[in-house]
Amino acid sequence: MSGHSTYQPQSRFMQWFERRLPIVSFMHASFVAYPTPRNLNYWWTFGGILSLMLAIQIVTGIVLAMHYTPHVDHAFVSVETIMRDVNYGWLLRYLHANGASMFFLAAYIHMFRGMYYGSYKDPREVLWILGVILLFLMIATGFMGYVLPWGQMSFWAAKVITSLFGAIPVVGDSIVTWLWGGYSVGNPTLNRFYSLHYLLPFVIAGVVILHVWALHEVGQNNPTGVEPKSDKETVPFTPYATVKDSFLMVVFLILLAWFVFYLPNYLGHADNYIPANPLVTPAHIVPEWYYLPFYAILRAIPSKLGGVIALGASIVILAFLPWLDTSRVRSAAYRPLYRQFFWIFVLVCIGLGWLGAKPAEGGYVIAARFLTAWYFLHFLVILPILGLIEKPKPLPNSISEAVLREGVPIGAPAPAPSGTKH
Amino acid sequence: MTTMSSAEPTRRDFLYIATGVVGAVGAAAAVWPLIAQMNPDASTIAAGAPIEVDLAPIAEGQVIKVVWRGNPIFISHRTQKEIEEARAVDVGSLPDPQSDQQRVKQGHDQWLVLVGICTHLGCVPLTRQGDYNGFFCPCHGSHYDTSGRIRRGPAPANLPLPPYEFVADSKIRIG
Repeated sequence: MSGHSTYQPQSRFMQWFERRLPIVSFMHASFVAYPTPRNLNYWWTFGGILSLMLAIQIVTGIVLAMHYTPHVDHAFVSVETIMRDVNYGWLLRYLHANGASMFFLAAYIHMFRGMYYGSYKDPREVLWILGVILLFLMIATGFMGYVLPWGQMSFWAAKVITSLFGAIPVVGDSIVTWLWGGYSVGNPTLNRFYSLHYLLPFVIAGVVILHVWALHEVGQNNPTGVEPKSDKETVPFTPYATVKDSFLMVVFLILLAWFVFYLPNYLGHADNYIPANPLVTPAHIVPEWYYLPFYAILRAIPSKLGGVIALGASIVILAFLPWLDTSRVRSAAYRPLYRQFFWIFVLVCIGLGWLGAKPAEGGYVIAARFLTAWYFLHFLVILPILGLIEKPKPLPNSISEAVLREGVPIGAPAPAPSGTKH
Repeated sequence: MTTMSSAEPTRRDFLYIATGVVGAVGAAAAVWPLIAQMNPDASTIAAGAPIEVDLAPIAEGQVIKVVWRGNPIFISHRTQKEIEEARAVDVGSLPDPQSDQQRVKQGHDQWLVLVGICTHLGCVPLTRQGDYNGFFCPCHGSHYDTSGRIRRGPAPANLPLPPYEFVADSKIRIG
C-alpha cells in the first residue's frame, strides 16, 4: 500500500538533488500521492490532529523553558512570572496546559476509533502497539510536566506516583530513593523531571515516525474494515485527506481556544496555585482528568501492590488487544454484539474517570471495583468469547459496494441527466 | 572441501567473542555512573544527619510535626485513653501485627514517634482523625489507630518508626 511516487523533479537543481537525497519524492509519496480509502470518515482525522498537538506542545514548551527555573525555591515563582510578567506568557502557558488536555482527548478518541473499527487487527498489530507505547510516553511526559509548576498538586502527584514503585518487593524502597535522588521528593527530583520532560516529547516524535511508517506500510483501515481492492477505492492523500484533516484541525483548535481564552483553569486544580508544602497533603488529591480512569483502577484494589499491578496492567493489556479479540471481522458496523459491548466499554471508561475524581470511600469504592472488573473482563473474557459466538453481518465485497449505489455515493443526489448542465 | 570445521574454533572466533565480552564489560562500566548519579548526592546525605527535639513544650493530646530528611515526623503526646485504646486491641487481628509496646520506648509510653508518611503512596496523614481516632490519610482512605498501626484501607503496613532514642527524659534524637 505504500504509495508509489509520481513525483518527477522538474528543475535541474531538483533533479540533481533527487539523485543525492530523494526526500522530496519520499514526502510526495507519503503525503501527496499516498492512497487513502475513499470512505474514511471524520474519526480518521485524529492522527493528524495528534501530530498538530505534539507540534504545539513542543513549540510552546520550548518557549516556556526559556522562562522557567527548575529549582524548588524558584519554580513556583518563575511560573507566576510567566503568567504576569513575560510577554504573552499567560497565553503560552495556558496553551501548553490546556494543550496537554486536548492532546489526551484526541489520543483517547483516536484509540476508541481504532477499537470500534478493529484497526488493530492483522496486519496492523505493530502499528497498534506503537500507539500503546505512544500513550505510555504521553502519560509519563504529562505527569512530569505537571510536577514542574511545583504547586501542592504538583508535589503530591510526584509523591504518590513515585511511591507506586515502592510497592515492588525487596528493592522498592531503593528504587524510590533512586528516583527521588534523596529521602523525599525534592530539588533533585524536580531537576530530573524537568530534564526528562524536555526529552520525552522528542522520543514521542521519534515513535510517531515509526507509527506513521508502519501505517504507510500496511495502509489505513476504513469504516468497512474491508481492504481496498483497486485504485478506484482509494483517493490520493492530497487534496482529499489533507483538506479533511485540516478542516477538523481547525474545529479542534477552536475547542482548544475556547478553553484557553474562556476556561483556562477549568481543567486544572485550584490547589496547584498553592506553593508545594511537603508537610501538608491537600484534603482531596486527584490527578488531571486524563489520568482519572487509571487512578480509579489504582484505588479500587484494596492492596498496594495489587493496585499498582492493576494500574500497569490496564495499559499493558491494550498491547495484547490484537490477540485477545478473536473475531476476524474488523469493523463494529458488521459486529452487532461487539458494537454493544464497545459502547458499554466506553461508558465503563467514562465511569471510571468519574469515580477517579470522587473520594475513595463507601459506594464509590464498590462502584470502582465493579467497573475495574468489567474493564479487565472486557479484554480477557468478553472479546475472546465474542469472536467465537458472534454471527457477524455479511461483509460487503468491497468498499465500493458499501459506499456506492450504481456508481453514486449513497445519500448524494442522483446525477443530473446527461446533456443538462447547471 | 573448504567448509569450516565446527569442532575447531578459529582465531577469528576467539577474537570475535573476546571483543564482545570486553565491549559488554565496558558498556556496563560506562552505564554505572549514569545510573549511580541519580542516587542521593553527598550534600543530601549530609543533610540527613540526626536532629534533637525537646518534648517539654508538647502538651498532652498534642501532635507536632518536625522535618527530618525532608519528611514529616509526627511526635504525639498521647492521652491515657489513647494508650489504653491502642493496647486493648487483639494484636493477631491486625493487618500488620505489632503490639503498642513494640512501637514506643519502654517507660515513655505516652510518646509516639512516627514517620508521617502513609505507607500506601506517601501522603501525609491527618492527625487525630479517622475511624480509629489516630491518623487518617485523605488520599486513598487509610485509617491508622492511636499507635499508628494500619487498621483499614489500602496501606500495607503500619506507619514506620524513625530511628530515635531518648537522650534525656524529655528530649529525643531522631536519626
